[in-house]
Amino acid sequence: MTRDNIPSIGRRQFLAALGATALASGLIVPASVARAQDAQAAPVKGGVLKLGIGGGSTTDNLDPRILTDWVPVNQAYMLMNGLVEIDAQNNVVPELLESWQPEEGAKVWHLKVRQGVTFHNGKVLNADDVLYSLNLHRGETTSAARSVAAPITALEKTGEYDIKLVLESGNADLPYMLSDYHFLIVPDGWSDFAKPVGTGPFVYESYEPGVRSRFTRNPNYWKPDTAWVDAVEVIVINDISARTNAMMSGQVHAINRLDFKTVDLLKRNKNLSVVQSAGGQHFNFLMDCTQAPFTDQNIRLALKHGINREQLLKTALMGYGSVGNDHPVPKTDRFFAKDLPQRPYDPEKAKFHLKQAGLDSLKVTLAASDAAFGGAVDAAAVYRQNAMAGGIQIDIKREPADGYWDNVWMKAPFCMSYWGGRPTADQMLTAAYFSKSSQNDTHWANPTFDAKLIEARALLDDAKRAEIYAELQQIVSDDGGAIIPMFGDYLDAVSNKLGGVTSHPMFNFMGARLAEKVWLKA
Amino acid sequence: MRKPTFTAWIGLAILAAYLVILIAGPHLAPFGQEDIIGSPFGDPEPGHPLGFDQNGRDMLSRLLYGGQMSIGVSLAAVLISFAVGIPMGFMAAIRGGWFDTILSRLVDTIMCVPVLISALVVLQALGSSLPVLVLTIALLDSTRVFRLSRVLAQGVGALEFAEVARLRGEGNWWLIRKEILPNVASPLVAEFGLRFCFTFLFVAGLSFLGLGVQPPFADWGGMVKDNQQAIVYGLYAPLYPAAAIAILTVGVNLVVDWMLAGRSAPQGDNR
Amino acid sequence: MSRLILKRLGLGVFTLWLVSVLVFAGTQVLPGDVASAILGQNATPEALDVLRRDLGLNDPLVLRYVTWLKGFATGDLGNSLASGQPVSELIGSRLMNTLMLAAYAAVISVPLAVVLGILVAVFRGSIFDRVMNVLALACVALPEYFLGLLLVLWFSVQLGWLPALADTYPGMGLGEWIKATTLPALTLVLVTMAQMMRMTRTALLGVMDQSYVETAWLKGLRAPRVVLRHALPNAAAPIVNVVAFNIAYLITGVVLVEAVFNYNGLGRFMVDAVAKRDLPLVQASALAFAAAFVLLNMIADIAAIALNPRLRHPR
Repeated sequence: MTRDNIPSIGRRQFLAALGATALASGLIVPASVARAQDAQAAPVKGGVLKLGIGGGSTTDNLDPRILTDWVPVNQAYMLMNGLVEIDAQNNVVPELLESWQPEEGAKVWHLKVRQGVTFHNGKVLNADDVLYSLNLHRGETTSAARSVAAPITALEKTGEYDIKLVLESGNADLPYMLSDYHFLIVPDGWSDFAKPVGTGPFVYESYEPGVRSRFTRNPNYWKPDTAWVDAVEVIVINDISARTNAMMSGQVHAINRLDFKTVDLLKRNKNLSVVQSAGGQHFNFLMDCTQAPFTDQNIRLALKHGINREQLLKTALMGYGSVGNDHPVPKTDRFFAKDLPQRPYDPEKAKFHLKQAGLDSLKVTLAASDAAFGGAVDAAAVYRQNAMAGGIQIDIKREPADGYWDNVWMKAPFCMSYWGGRPTADQMLTAAYFSKSSQNDTHWANPTFDAKLIEARALLDDAKRAEIYAELQQIVSDDGGAIIPMFGDYLDAVSNKLGGVTSHPMFNFMGARLAEKVWLKA
Repeated sequence: MRKPTFTAWIGLAILAAYLVILIAGPHLAPFGQEDIIGSPFGDPEPGHPLGFDQNGRDMLSRLLYGGQMSIGVSLAAVLISFAVGIPMGFMAAIRGGWFDTILSRLVDTIMCVPVLISALVVLQALGSSLPVLVLTIALLDSTRVFRLSRVLAQGVGALEFAEVARLRGEGNWWLIRKEILPNVASPLVAEFGLRFCFTFLFVAGLSFLGLGVQPPFADWGGMVKDNQQAIVYGLYAPLYPAAAIAILTVGVNLVVDWMLAGRSAPQGDNR
Repeated sequence: MSRLILKRLGLGVFTLWLVSVLVFAGTQVLPGDVASAILGQNATPEALDVLRRDLGLNDPLVLRYVTWLKGFATGDLGNSLASGQPVSELIGSRLMNTLMLAAYAAVISVPLAVVLGILVAVFRGSIFDRVMNVLALACVALPEYFLGLLLVLWFSVQLGWLPALADTYPGMGLGEWIKATTLPALTLVLVTMAQMMRMTRTALLGVMDQSYVETAWLKGLRAPRVVLRHALPNAAAPIVNVVAFNIAYLITGVVLVEAVFNYNGLGRFMVDAVAKRDLPLVQASALAFAAAFVLLNMIADIAAIALNPRLRHPR
């Protein structure tokens, strides 16, 4: 996930799934119902929260500039706060910023820093800290978020708690942009990232990269009604099997990234619940639009019709996700094009498009690797079987996971990949489909698309934007080089001893902020 | 050689059954090793007596395909290691002197680095393809074969033989074939069995670390790993490949016990 | 005898030096340039050049080896390429963890294996002998990670007696530590015990069939005395050998067990280091493992010399 782990966003609240309940078997219930009563039980203070998290390594670092995987991201949110937060309903809400105000055209923004917040070392938060922390990602920097911060052309302090921010062109989604998890706030001039100091819910106690950490509650935390537990211990468990065992034996209170194949079995355990969160994470097959035969739109359409999305969703993700329509905007996004018809599995239509391209049959080679996502090679095998019926022969070339992103992605004419999703439709479409983007991984160039994308960005009228975004989704779906068969949910398991757990559209573990939100029931 | 005991017969019967799998496994399989035809971890049903694996592939077919792959890889590796190790070991024993000293030192040094560690570095560096896998294991293993065959050859008096042979004008190969090999055949065959078992488990271990046989090809070690999660939920899926490995190991050991019964000649280190 | 021991010590040191050459050479031939591995996407030809010079990569191979060995001798193992932390710091605690787990397993498995081996030798051919033989076979026949998983299934998921994760941290109490590491230690005990037990049995039987033991029987001595006083000392050398070998295996072969139980040992750490091409870490860990191996073999040989009655009482 080093490639794109910027939060994705959805509108609709997708409540936590709860398997192990007394619901009649065979009945399909919207995931939501069971958790409601938990959320109402009164929170309790105290106890030590133990989390088993996958996605850490001994080279981890809590420097906000180089957060690269799930474990450090979760740990960083325990110690530090962001400027804004994405809530469970996908709204951007204030965190260390109290408010923000755009000028006409959304090019110039005025940010107001929260007052009365102190860092763990006693320093009082003001605009200087925010400027310093944002500047860590600007200019000559090693920050992984430098491309996110690049559109910021000027940042200046206009008062003790006021900041003026100027963008290179108007962007109505600036607050969402600031929700990137690299944009964490540290004291002005802070450089000892081996022991980071923040304004967060927990204070650094001990930390061994890739192994474990223990942070204790911040007694002066500024957010009311959060940070319930006395201390939180993170145990890094990268092996899915060991992680699940730790959960089943009650050694940890929550684990992230469940194995899709065994989720249904895990749900039978009465001591835990499975939390299912829909978001923007999607899996795709990328056709390079500059290489034959994919230069022909008919070939692309033939391949798009030759995939059985439902079967893929069922076998690769066990149904924990939703079908994709060859564009990257998730159902949970406020600009999702509801009226765009779903492309079906239609081998005849595939044959038809092959004919249009002047072919009877087609033979292509697909580069596949589990680097794209767990089970990608199996998914490729399913696609191969599907496409056969449409007269398309897909030869699977298995590539090693090591070096996949350097050697195959954006280089092979036809390969598998994934996107972790982005906080807004604009960011997602820009990153992967704007012709000049460095991550335009299908090498697709469509001038109409480019022009409309820039137009939509600066609009402050949501209805008008929705209209244009719907159009953009249609263009990508019909003309683009990516086959997007499915979106995958984020899956966590939590002990029934935990209160306050909800699903969240951004990542596992409630947007990686689970530690400050949950409590241990008495 | 003694008459096979009852347990030896069991061992031989097991080996015969596995030989059939090695030769004809995929032909006996009712489905392809890649065909997804059921639901993940699906229960047994008519036509699928062992149910399905983690991807909804027929477990029986995967076992049969995987048998050929697993046995084939281990067998190839052990055969190569013996083909390299025995001549070198015998030559070292026959020639003695600096030839023996240098080879022995080299082998001792290589053996000081644990096999798993060496294999890890090589496989990670070169990428785990089948030929690389087999050759790496074979060459690492040949050090142990070298050591044993050297000791055995010395035990039957290779040096003395060599002198006599030289006087008679016989070549080294003649010496090895006629004088040494017949005298040390039985411990070597026994060693072959043991080495095969450990190689088999070793490949399974490599598969566990993701460096063994690569999917979509089935291999038993990898199947145990891929399905291991299911056992915590009381499913049988990982038990089948684990049992297949265990039965084979037991079978080989039973035969080896019979062959070695009553001997106390040196055997190589066993891992 | 002491000359023999000294000679063996010298040989051990020599072997260790050879291993250092092998490890250094082996890691040098790994494909991939260290400098470009460090810089990644930020690599420009100039930056690469500077870094290569800083790392001494442009020096001749022999010079680099000497520098490396000198650093090793003085305890300066360099810095990890991936995290920049000193290698000695990263490896030290993990090596300690691995050694402690190995010691815990050895403390159980060695005495148990030897005692059981003696018992099955004494009661050769009995039901007890056969049952133990089958059990031993079953233990070596399964992949160790699968054995570990079965133990987790029974003792932590179903019975809830022991934790599924071997979660250890500095400053934890001994009781807690033992509880946390019992399952991985038990897995290792099962894996190593079988071979030691069988070897003890074979070695003892080999001795017991010899004439002087038979004489002892004929003199009417009782079984325990015959075994302990007459047979065992003569069978000691091969037993010590196989015990040393298995302890070495405990230290080096635990990679898989560490993975199953998420134990923070050197094996798992090295797997990661290799995957990241972190050469200083790989070299140091490989050498640490090799040193353990050489040391144990040396101890075994010296013990064998010391235990051999003929060498102990030279005529």
